[in-house]
Amino acid sequence: MQVNSWYGTIIVAFLLCLVCSVVVSTTAVKLKEEQKANVELDIKRNLLLSSGLITDKKASRNTVEEKFKNVETKVVDLETGQYVENSPQNFDARKAAKDPKMSVEVPSPDKAKIKNRSKWATVYLIEDGGVPVSLVLPVSGYGLWSTLYGFLTLDADTRTVKGLGFYEHAETPGLGGEVDNPKWKAQWNGKVILDKNYQPNVRVEKNGNDKGKNSVDALSGATITSRGVENLLHYWLGDHGYGPFLAEFRKGEI
Amino acid sequence: MSKVSDALFDPVFKNNPIALQILGICSALAVTTKMETTVIMCIALTLVVGFSSFFVSLIRNSIPSSIRIIVQMTIIASLVIVADQILKAFVYDISKQLSVFVGLIITNCIVMGRAEAYAMKNGPVLSFLDGIGNGLGYSAVLLIVGAIRELFGSGKFFNIPVFKLASDDGWYTGNGLMVSPPSAFLLIGVLIWILRTFQPDQVEEE
Repeated sequence: MQVNSWYGTIIVAFLLCLVCSVVVSTTAVKLKEEQKANVELDIKRNLLLSSGLITDKKASRNTVEEKFKNVETKVVDLETGQYVENSPQNFDARKAAKDPKMSVEVPSPDKAKIKNRSKWATVYLIEDGGVPVSLVLPVSGYGLWSTLYGFLTLDADTRTVKGLGFYEHAETPGLGGEVDNPKWKAQWNGKVILDKNYQPNVRVEKNGNDKGKNSVDALSGATITSRGVENLLHYWLGDHGYGPFLAEFRKGEI
Repeated sequence: MSKVSDALFDPVFKNNPIALQILGICSALAVTTKMETTVIMCIALTLVVGFSSFFVSLIRNSIPSSIRIIVQMTIIASLVIVADQILKAFVYDISKQLSVFVGLIITNCIVMGRAEAYAMKNGPVLSFLDGIGNGLGYSAVLLIVGAIRELFGSGKFFNIPVFKLASDDGWYTGNGLMVSPPSAFLLIGVLIWILRTFQPDQVEEE
């Protein structure tokens, strides 16, 4: 066969594509289960880390699964604040935010720069003997370079922070990236970020930690990332965020 | 025998893909903030260059010259996707940090350069060694840059604190330049300078 003839070229191209596509799809299919398990474990681990239930970043799969038994997953309709019977296993708020049918536009001023948010959100209740002792809420918002994704853990009174941690962002390492610094994150513990009327009232400012119960230190050299964290908390705790849900939760009816 | 060791070790010092050919700079800037990600990236790239050269060389006599670049790209892209899938399945944390840069190995000039310049003319075994050698040359530069950047940028080495950071009650304030990509440019420049001081034949003629 003449490889440089027109039919030779077509045959070689076809065979090569066939072999390559078989190789690529076999790997993708074979490894899919492991990859899915990794993603799920990663979410669970981040959730537990930000809520302080585990402290070791490299906690094993067993530890994570064991601790996660105390966590109940619920899907909330953010507008009404009620739980919905949407299977939590199949719901992905980040994907939903990109789907026009499943998301709503964030009204201006969109301080956290979210643009669209999913109509529903997955929330997690950490229970002790059947009674919820804390709430874990996924939060996100724009920093300097990237959207920060994290979890905010609140006490059952919905005002006191038990932990805040971001599991995905691309802020400058060493500056904005210090949102991951355990010392900075530790400041959040015990802060009261909703005022008496349950309106968000939280500040991330210079030497903030000494200024009061609703204020933490800004990150040095990362003003915009710090402001991003402040804005995203204001958004998610406000009326367009988890506000209605938190109100329902306080009533104790759901 | 000397041909084998030439193929393997020449690219590390004498004909380094980054320092002499100035290829593959993009990922050298992006992934070298930490040693952990640097090492994984080096392993992934070395294996991809090695195997892509091997497969290209294996079928080099059946590749029609009119579509040879596309054929090489297809092989390289397939290997990169496989590597990316494996990283996602087994070292998920690191693959998350490397994000798009594993995928960008496809566009890394070293891989394509070796396939076109060496594997099309030599046998599979030699081509494989040449690919691995070039991967090692790339790795050598990245590891040096990565070590310097992590040490002076965040006071750590493989995530183990070496200089205690001021933000953790230590004495060392991380060098902000070292954590941002331009520092890799400066470091690679200095490396090339040092290398060419000792091997003056690498200096381009004026």
